[in-house]
Amino acid sequence: MSRGHRPGHRGRGREGSSSSPSGDRTLVLPGEEIRAHGLKPGPGTYRTGGKVYASVLGLLAERPPLVHVIPLSGRYIPKASDTVIGTVTDVQGTFWLLDIGAPRWAPLHMTGTPWQVDVGETERFLRVGDAVVVQVESLDPTGRIGVTMNGEGLGKLEGGTIVTITPARVPRVVGRNGSMIDTIRQYTGAEVAVGQNGRVWINGTPEAIHRVSEVLRIIEENAQHSGLTERVESYLRSTESTDVQGPEEPPREHAHRDAPPRPAGPVEPDEESEDVEDEPTEPEAPGEP
Amino acid sequence: MGNVGAKEVPVLLSPEGLRIDGRKLNELRPIRIQVGALHNADGSAFVEWGANKVMAAVYGPREVHPRHLQQSNKAVIQCKYNMAAFAVDERKRPGLDRRSQEISKVIGEAFESVVFAEEYPRTSIDIYIEVLQANAGTRCAGIVAASMALADAGIPMVDLLPAVAVGKVAGKIVLDLKKEEDNFGEADLPMALVPQSGRLVLLQMEGHMTEDELAQALDLGVQGCRDIYEKMKQALRERYATGPIGGSA
Repeated sequence: MSRGHRPGHRGRGREGSSSSPSGDRTLVLPGEEIRAHGLKPGPGTYRTGGKVYASVLGLLAERPPLVHVIPLSGRYIPKASDTVIGTVTDVQGTFWLLDIGAPRWAPLHMTGTPWQVDVGETERFLRVGDAVVVQVESLDPTGRIGVTMNGEGLGKLEGGTIVTITPARVPRVVGRNGSMIDTIRQYTGAEVAVGQNGRVWINGTPEAIHRVSEVLRIIEENAQHSGLTERVESYLRSTESTDVQGPEEPPREHAHRDAPPRPAGPVEPDEESEDVEDEPTEPEAPGEP
Repeated sequence: MGNVGAKEVPVLLSPEGLRIDGRKLNELRPIRIQVGALHNADGSAFVEWGANKVMAAVYGPREVHPRHLQQSNKAVIQCKYNMAAFAVDERKRPGLDRRSQEISKVIGEAFESVVFAEEYPRTSIDIYIEVLQANAGTRCAGIVAASMALADAGIPMVDLLPAVAVGKVAGKIVLDLKKEEDNFGEADLPMALVPQSGRLVLLQMEGHMTEDELAQALDLGVQGCRDIYEKMKQALRERYATGPIGGSA
């Protein structure tokens, strides 16, 4: 029963930066009337008969001149410049189709890769089932999604496994300034990459992969609770001895050294959806000077 | 009694005006709704309504299969209602039959009028309703479950869609028929209501009623839907409540 409210603990001076639009974070359901305060209906809402209603389940937010609802569930809705993890579902002569968890498959054109691909040779580079890190480049109103593999941290993922979480939970997995993801990496020694679409790629020993998956499950189930970092750390600590014959001293330092090079980067938490969650209880950032 | 195969008609209404299971004329059977019962679906719900047990799963919006069904201006809504072979006393022949095809169609059309399908062109929203145990009113339970699953899947829609059946039993208009009342009653009138607009998006009838009785039945059903609507909202709130729910160790 840890409610884990720790007053006076936040204060690294970054809280103000996540421009939280004012307004209450009330849960609204489809069909529920919203008091719009003269604002226009934005995403997740609709207007009829002079009144504004929610159309999706989510949290009510005001961002003048709009009121909108931040969805708490559902498929990944792509945003331009999101870094996402996808799997190849189809190979054509000049492009691949990627499943990135969005409503539609995203074509990756051969010119959008760092490779020199000839027409008809696409299959030599990526086959059905391969995993890639790509960036969302363009979106059009009909739902077409353009992605590219040209850019830092983008490319094909070799080995490892992919676990899917709710896209709305991605900011909690990454943590503030990547604090959560760093903690996970340091305790498990696994390579971890998180896409904004809720796909998490994990590479390491079977033991490490299992522990990271377990942590992701804990985060998903407790995302709205405070004290999440403590919960995750206590899980990681309690499972420490099973795979690492490490000394008793806090695993942080040596894990730091042994940690493998970071893979295709963790995607920085997306500001808007981070606002959705209540303030994460600030973790004792490992290795903070 | 309680043996539905029996030829003789059970006493459906007691002299005190109580129904076969002791309910009042306008009383619903108990309803329990669990949102997010399945992991692999984008949204899901399990509904126990009286002796009905219904599971609904929603997938999408996702790519349309087969391709030629896709529509360039909106999502297609594909609904499949199915009753398990073990859902009734006598084994039901499994698979598609005329009844389940009809129910799939009318439920799909009901949801077409509440879902904002234009937001996801060229995609499909797939609704699966599986009846695990049946005791009259499974299409209504299916609509309730599917509507919770759609909300759980983050699909934009006008409103949740509560549904209930009204019937005529022993000459009286009653709410939410159970199996004996459905089998031996005079009429059955399932309906689904959009609470936000007050529109009915599903209305079917079997049996006979006078015009006055029909008007009375509609009023009773709409009120029943509004009661169910409250339970649906409560179930979603419980699932998505933000504050601490009381952590476990």
